[in-house]
Amino acid sequence: MTITLTINGRERKFEVDPGEKLLEVLRREGYMSVKKGCGTGDCGACAILLNGRSVNSCLMFAAKADGGEILTVEGLATGEILHPVQTAFLAEGAVQCGYCTPGMVMSTVDLLTRNPDPTEREIREALSGNLCRCTGYVKQIRAVQRAAELMKDGEPRV
Amino acid sequence: MSDRAKNFATVGKSLRKVDGFALVTGKPEFVADLQLPDTLHVKILGSPYAHARITSIDVTAAEAIPGVACVLTHLNTPSTRHTTAGQGYPEPSPYDSRMFEDKVRFVGDRVAAVAADSEAIAEAALKAIRVQYEELPAVLSMDEARREGAPVIHDESDSPGIYDAARNIVADVDIDVGDVKQGFTESDEIVEFTCETQYAQHTPIETHVVLSYLDSAHRLVLRTSTQVPFHVRRIVAQTLGIPMQQIRVIKPRIGGGFGTKQEVLLEDVAGWVSLQTGRPALLTLTRKEEFEASRTRHPMRVRVKLGAKRDGRLHAIEMEATSNTGAYGSHGLTVLANTGSKTLPLYNKAPNAHFYGQAVYTNLPVGGAYRGYGATQGYFPLETAMDEMAVRLGMDPIELRRINHIQLGETSPIFEKLGEGREGVSQTVKSCELPRCIDIGAERIGWTKKRGKRLKVGSWVHGVGMSIMMQGSGIPEIDMAAATLKMNEDGSFNLLMGATDLGTGSDTILAQIAAEVLGVSLTKMLVTSSDTDLTPFDVGAYASSTTYVSGMAVQRAAEQVRDQIFGVAAPMLGASANDLTLRDDAVFAASGESVSLARVCQRAMYETDQFQIGATASCVPHESPAPFLANFAEVAVNTETGKVRVVHYVAAVDCGVAINPHMAEGQMEGAIVNGIGYALTEEMILSSKGRVRNPSLFDYKILGMLDVPPMDIILVESYEPTGPMGAKSVGEIGINGPIPTIANAIYDAVGVRLTQTPFTPERVLEAIKEAAK
Ligand code: FES
Ligand code: FES
Repeated sequence: MTITLTINGRERKFEVDPGEKLLEVLRREGYMSVKKGCGTGDCGACAILLNGRSVNSCLMFAAKADGGEILTVEGLATGEILHPVQTAFLAEGAVQCGYCTPGMVMSTVDLLTRNPDPTEREIREALSGNLCRCTGYVKQIRAVQRAAELMKDGEPRV
Repeated sequence: MSDRAKNFATVGKSLRKVDGFALVTGKPEFVADLQLPDTLHVKILGSPYAHARITSIDVTAAEAIPGVACVLTHLNTPSTRHTTAGQGYPEPSPYDSRMFEDKVRFVGDRVAAVAADSEAIAEAALKAIRVQYEELPAVLSMDEARREGAPVIHDESDSPGIYDAARNIVADVDIDVGDVKQGFTESDEIVEFTCETQYAQHTPIETHVVLSYLDSAHRLVLRTSTQVPFHVRRIVAQTLGIPMQQIRVIKPRIGGGFGTKQEVLLEDVAGWVSLQTGRPALLTLTRKEEFEASRTRHPMRVRVKLGAKRDGRLHAIEMEATSNTGAYGSHGLTVLANTGSKTLPLYNKAPNAHFYGQAVYTNLPVGGAYRGYGATQGYFPLETAMDEMAVRLGMDPIELRRINHIQLGETSPIFEKLGEGREGVSQTVKSCELPRCIDIGAERIGWTKKRGKRLKVGSWVHGVGMSIMMQGSGIPEIDMAAATLKMNEDGSFNLLMGATDLGTGSDTILAQIAAEVLGVSLTKMLVTSSDTDLTPFDVGAYASSTTYVSGMAVQRAAEQVRDQIFGVAAPMLGASANDLTLRDDAVFAASGESVSLARVCQRAMYETDQFQIGATASCVPHESPAPFLANFAEVAVNTETGKVRVVHYVAAVDCGVAINPHMAEGQMEGAIVNGIGYALTEEMILSSKGRVRNPSLFDYKILGMLDVPPMDIILVESYEPTGPMGAKSVGEIGINGPIPTIANAIYDAVGVRLTQTPFTPERVLEAIKEAAK
């Protein structure tokens, strides 16, 4: 079947199998930032924004996303200019291997869009579905706090 | 900060990762992100039995499925024995593995592989393979392994390097210092504990994955998620029986390793598919396959007996370890040896010590390298026994450690007696801030206020515990790292290294070392790491070697390049080379006159006495300086449910000069959180038939953001005179801390000693009930 997705601002049409997961379609079409860590909805490495909300793309049938707007981390920066969440992750040393980073960054964008001034508890809750085995989360939590500050200071928002 | 470290311009700064931009923007940097036309998808058929002989295998139906390119079994693949352990040559692990074999030794062991146009076709083909098994009696626990008449797991005659195959013993270690028996007789107080650790897994978020293809010269290229690219090249050549020069291994960005990728697990299969079909082949383990068929931490039972004089001085230490290496002996000997060699030197003043142990085969998942590498298992009983000894002697546990731990300028006979599965290398401690680590940590946790107070809040009781430890920096006289640095005429440098950044940030800290020597900013370093065609040799990322060993190679290469730069610049500045210095991208004479690095290189390349400014340097370490760590934890134990909550964790670590403090902290934070998971939640649960019952990240619980306690990581700087820029390594040590520290804090809270990990509510509750009897 054919579906239409607007990915990072660009409308595209894809042929997909009814059983195909959004993660597989996105990777097949070259959006390699979308990572697979489990395929069972347990790690958040495949998180993307669908119509503004963070979803695990490994669980969702591509067909269900038909007509939706998708944002992946590839669509976040403007050329060399990073989104404040990306800047904050780099500045705080919150990236080690970087495999969880795209999902973590997208879930953070979702959180800060809904809640520009989250408490530490709210950050932990919002990102509890994103597993990271490298960092121990300390610097990631700090990065989210820093990103919130940067965004308050009027850095561009999504 | 140490005085010598104060003057650094680049080292000691938390600079951003050199690969950070690519990672936060989601560039296709990982193995599976490269899409090649016509790629085959490879799937592996795992054994349903823990121990069986394959009596027949029929692949005709599988091969007939449209889209199947090839089916591999033991009948059509090379049969060379090798080890999957990616260690230096000759590997201290037995050659007990084959690509495929007519015998399977654990549930998930390889039976066959299919390469097909799509994953779905490959999976369908796996189902079409007809295998007849003759099930064999299996060894399903450590205790059964050595029992008289136990099934022999490696009954083949062609596997060299097994200590006693007929008795399922992979390795045996036995070393003595003084006379431990006599030592116990002379002791006033004796404490003895036996602790057991569970099957646990590394769970990097990126599973094992390899993409293989043939290049234009028909050479085999393995783009693989590995910690050991050079060992992959060597072991795959050996396994497949092809000349090593036919293989190129490329390590792109890696999604975490923690030891599990110090294993040559998939590269032989993918490589063979490409060689047979001429097509690219992608082999990715699913999370389930990763749990069932990759590598684990060796579960161990370790007994520690301590004898001390009344004043607290340790007089005798005995440690006996039994390690379960699973179906294959990968890292069996060396992990076992490390259980003693990385722990016992800490208490060097005991004149009598004995370490002995065996690693045994079972028909269970396979052990491998895992951050901490045996030390994690050894520190659990050692630091538990120390805590108990303090109680018995009526001493503060901190005081007991203080009077017994190794100090600056001291040595331990263990260094020389026990090394990497063989004799070790003697050394004295040249940097040690452990006393300060203990002070700072005790203060931060509120030790004197909280210890022994048993604060109650509802059914929660609070307690504090501590432990100390050391590790190492690389493997002395065995590891070897090299780096190449060449200069470009705009004043930038290519830094080519075999060192393997698997997410640790080593590309960045190694570039910081080079930038420091050459007086340039980090942006002038163009880093290429780990491509066996392009970069010089390095054993890879394991044994906490990268900062110390690879770092020294980089420093030496940079120093040679600096001297060449001075040679060119001296006549330009009319000064003697000895009077020149480097800073701010320029060479300065004592007069203050300067010339830019770009100008220097232009002269060398285009003008006078032309040559390429550049150098390759190597490092073979002669010692393995230890980082030191003091851990403190406050826990709350629920006496109704048995649940343990870590309230606060403090780790004060001496890793020499931290080249990049953010990254050193990051190593500690990640290792400690992994260690807390290992202490409290993580466990591979095995069925009575040896099958992993919880092969998912849902059922195997690694900590998420909600589970992580407030942590304080304090870098207590020292200056290691043998290290690059004063640095030691810090990759592993943190993971050893949580188990004994939390166990000791639980004791402080509720007075019970936990001797089996993980400390689940059931176990804790049972121990509390037992104690109440
Ligand atoms: S890959 Fe989707 S949640 Fe893990
Ligand atoms: S940075 Fe490696 S998994 Fe998060």
